[in-house]
Amino acid sequence: MEHSGISVLFQGRNFVRLLGGLWTSVWIAALALLFGLLLGALIGLARTSKNKLVRAIFRIYLEFFRIVPTVVLLFLFYYILPRQFGLNWPGSVMATIAFALWVSAEFSDIVRGALISVPKVQQESGLALGLSKWQLFIYVLLPQAFQLELPATINLATRVIKTTSLLMMISVMDLINVGQQIIEANNQSHPTAVFWIYGLIFLLYFIVDYPLSLWSKKVARRKQD
Amino acid sequence: MDWQIIQQSLPQFAKGFQETLWLSFVGIVGAMVVGLCCSLLQYFKVPVAKQLVSVYVELFRNTPLLIQLFSLYYAFPVMGLKMSAVTCGIIGLVFLGGAYMAEGFTGGFDGVSQTQIDSGKALGMSNWQLARYIVFPQGFSLSVPSLAANIIFLIKETSIFSVIAIPELTNTALDLIGLYYRSNEYLFVLVIAYAIILIPLSLLLTWLEKRVRYGTFGN
Repeated sequence: MEHSGISVLFQGRNFVRLLGGLWTSVWIAALALLFGLLLGALIGLARTSKNKLVRAIFRIYLEFFRIVPTVVLLFLFYYILPRQFGLNWPGSVMATIAFALWVSAEFSDIVRGALISVPKVQQESGLALGLSKWQLFIYVLLPQAFQLELPATINLATRVIKTTSLLMMISVMDLINVGQQIIEANNQSHPTAVFWIYGLIFLLYFIVDYPLSLWSKKVARRKQD
Repeated sequence: MDWQIIQQSLPQFAKGFQETLWLSFVGIVGAMVVGLCCSLLQYFKVPVAKQLVSVYVELFRNTPLLIQLFSLYYAFPVMGLKMSAVTCGIIGLVFLGGAYMAEGFTGGFDGVSQTQIDSGKALGMSNWQLARYIVFPQGFSLSVPSLAANIIFLIKETSIFSVIAIPELTNTALDLIGLYYRSNEYLFVLVIAYAIILIPLSLLLTWLEKRVRYGTFGN
């Protein structure tokens, strides 16, 4: 086993580099979630508006992101922004924007669903107590909607993290891209390295995502009781 | 936007379109079968198999398809298991989808109200009769919305096949962009192609969800 590929994992700075790649992926996912959730909450609110046109516009916005696969979305941003608008930002920025808009679309639907499922009695009670529209939203609707939407939101976060695996396609130095570099560098001396590197990447994604999906299941179950 | 470029590329996109369609179809059917088997093993609490199923479901639900494909296509050959790109793609999609479908079916079975099951027991039904006449009919109709969402999801996931060079829609577009540098035109056709598949399908699935809703009792 002297040429076993597993040794490549711990040679030099390989392991640290892989973790660095993971950090890039997680960081992009976190930023995209932060902006996406904020924007999505506003859009979700707009989708409960009484104005038909407003509702229609944001419905189309949602459907667009639902129909276009995320890979294609990344390429749309990667090719069209620089060419049409002369923006030459690095791939990581493009990806963050693309993911944030995608998150905002998905989250708007979650928020809308939660807002309309807060019982009407709650709103009427609030109004009877003399709360203003804004107070009603902050103190009555938002806290209850938050509870309703938490499991779906955590699931969305796990999806965003999994989707960061596509970053390598627009040459961002993410976990998989770093892994490929290490594999290429060691292909001659350790042909089985590819097995261990991809195995480790598989495991790393699982380690990040599994606790989140456990958490979401736990929250969902607590809601049922 | 140059319409001539678009027109010239249409035959190639038509090929990619077919490829995406049949890969999605095989993947979805396979995923349904795997998912149903897994959820049945869980429902009947088959020892050992039940635990294995939940490990499988968690592993595949919590990792990206891309790394699953890379493992199948690049890593398994060094361990002596060589498969064509299309085989890898289908296996990846079936097992990824199977994990999601299993969750969908199980969610449906779990959603059947306890009163229904208790009533069945009170009537003296056996476990198998309970499953056959009460849990499955209601459970299936409850699971339709999440199965429908999974179907759309799996079709979109076929776009990731482009990383192992399967000539489906996304790969066709990326190839053409690489050759002729006309990204606007080709990406436009690509988005339209996905819309042609997904818009009618999602309307159909929404209609189906409404159709099967009668299966739930009590509301």
